[in-house]
Amino acid sequence: MSADQSPKIVIVDESPIRAAILQEGLREAGYTGVVHISEMQSLLSRIYALDPDIILIDLENPSRDVLEQMFQVSRAVRRPVAMFVDQSDAASIQASVDAGVSAYIVDGLKKERIKPILDLCVSRFNAFSKLQDELARTKSALEERKVIDRAKGILMKMKGLTEDEAYVLLRSTAMREKKRIGEIAQSIITASEMLK
Amino acid sequence: MSTALHIGFIPLVDAAALIVAVDKGFAAAEGLDVTLAREVSWSNVRDKLNIGLFDAAHLLAPVAIASSLGVAHVKVPILAPFNLALNGNAITVSLALHAAILDELDGDRFDPMATARALARVVALRRKNGQEPLTFAMTFPFSTHNYQLRFWMAAGGVDPDEDVRLVVLPPPFMVDSLASGQVDGFCVGAPWNSVAVDRGVGHIVHFVSDILIRAAEKVLAVRQNWAERHPDTLAGLIRATQRAADFIEQADNRDEVVALLAQPERVGVDSDLIRRTLEGRLKVSPDGTMRESGNYLLVGREHASRPDPAQAAWLYAQMVRWGQAPFSGEALKMAMSVFRPDLYESALKTSAQPAAAGAIGAFTGPAFDPDDIAGYLQSFKVSRQAR
Repeated sequence: MSADQSPKIVIVDESPIRAAILQEGLREAGYTGVVHISEMQSLLSRIYALDPDIILIDLENPSRDVLEQMFQVSRAVRRPVAMFVDQSDAASIQASVDAGVSAYIVDGLKKERIKPILDLCVSRFNAFSKLQDELARTKSALEERKVIDRAKGILMKMKGLTEDEAYVLLRSTAMREKKRIGEIAQSIITASEMLK
Repeated sequence: MSTALHIGFIPLVDAAALIVAVDKGFAAAEGLDVTLAREVSWSNVRDKLNIGLFDAAHLLAPVAIASSLGVAHVKVPILAPFNLALNGNAITVSLALHAAILDELDGDRFDPMATARALARVVALRRKNGQEPLTFAMTFPFSTHNYQLRFWMAAGGVDPDEDVRLVVLPPPFMVDSLASGQVDGFCVGAPWNSVAVDRGVGHIVHFVSDILIRAAEKVLAVRQNWAERHPDTLAGLIRATQRAADFIEQADNRDEVVALLAQPERVGVDSDLIRRTLEGRLKVSPDGTMRESGNYLLVGREHASRPDPAQAAWLYAQMVRWGQAPFSGEALKMAMSVFRPDLYESALKTSAQPAAAGAIGAFTGPAFDPDDIAGYLQSFKVSRQAR
């Protein structure tokens, strides 16, 4: 690999969405040679066939231990690999472990060249976790909407209320009981099922 | 007021003492509020311990030594003041390889020398027939599994780096890989050997206690600088873990221990497999053949919990034999000082116990002498040692 050429990067990640987010980030930053591996069978032979300069792997992946084999001097390992941990740069490894990503580099690649890639990785991984949290929140908000709608239906039927009246009743009860509307709605559903 | 601790572990039966110490309330009784974090890779456990996300960890004994020596990775001095388990691994091979070994076997099938020589003949035959070399899996480059597998096959004349392929595979993938023919055999801890036998895809050829009578398997690992800053917390943790180890070894408590370990957020496998492991009574063949050994897995009995520096020396000698580390007297001293019987004894207020006779007890080769590692290593024909 010459100095001005873009290093070849392999992303090992079973999450296709996270890998895509990372891949896109790397492309935007001008790294063109990025390959994603999502299949963990024969991981090492796949990596050797691609012969990358940098390997990025998520920490939820048990196959991280497979990569550790590349540190060993053996016939199977073509180019010795090191993990990107700079003893003088504790903050950088801390940040990457916190974000959930780890980087392995092939011997000879300069530290200055891997640092921006790892930084990008960390920020994209963090962005992905945020996205996941938001998704989980949206999903639970949707679930709550469904529960409230069902509770409203029960109130309308049993007490002959309009939809608006049913909602007002739910809301005022929640305020009085210092609970969320969703919780009150859930207890109405549970109670009505018990009384069936 | 209690002290909060984060401790990492891998879901294996040999994390039992740690899990029971927490879930049975022994740690709380020492004023420790422990959160156990279940991890998916040894690399994660090592890194999180190294950078301080974990205060302590269930760790492969050789990883604690490699970390302290800075071999293949960042140098972070680690101490092992408690030995979580001795032995507990087994070597399992596919149905096809088992049949091939039995065809070539000249002797007792439980004699590791006989099976290793048979394996050598199978390897030679495959080469003659132009077949692919056999693939064996183990869990980590710095693992007892790696060294036990190498020790066994090398005794029969098989060079683990030249004659077969030796690969790292995460334990949960072992059985599938054996079933699909990706690997022909593996050395792994419980419960995975039993899972392979139960699924009818493998035979357990050896308990590792056939190969070495006593081998330090997993340790309770802490950073040296953490241990120095928190001596009382560490002593409390050692006492809680010892109490748990003693509890586990009492047969009356077996049901409770099995139930604690089988919880999904702990080891999370079938309780019958956990029971067989703790009893050292394993089904070794799909036809239902059982085998029992009092040495299969030692958690607390026979002074198993006391870290023995001679064990650390043996593990370091394996790193040297297989070219992972160069030999030096200084490194040997450093490796031995990772295992800290003094911290163990002072926490438990016990006096020094004599080291168990034949601390390693290998089935072949000279008796291990930490004071003459060079001489010991010279006696092995197959070696990757940098000379």
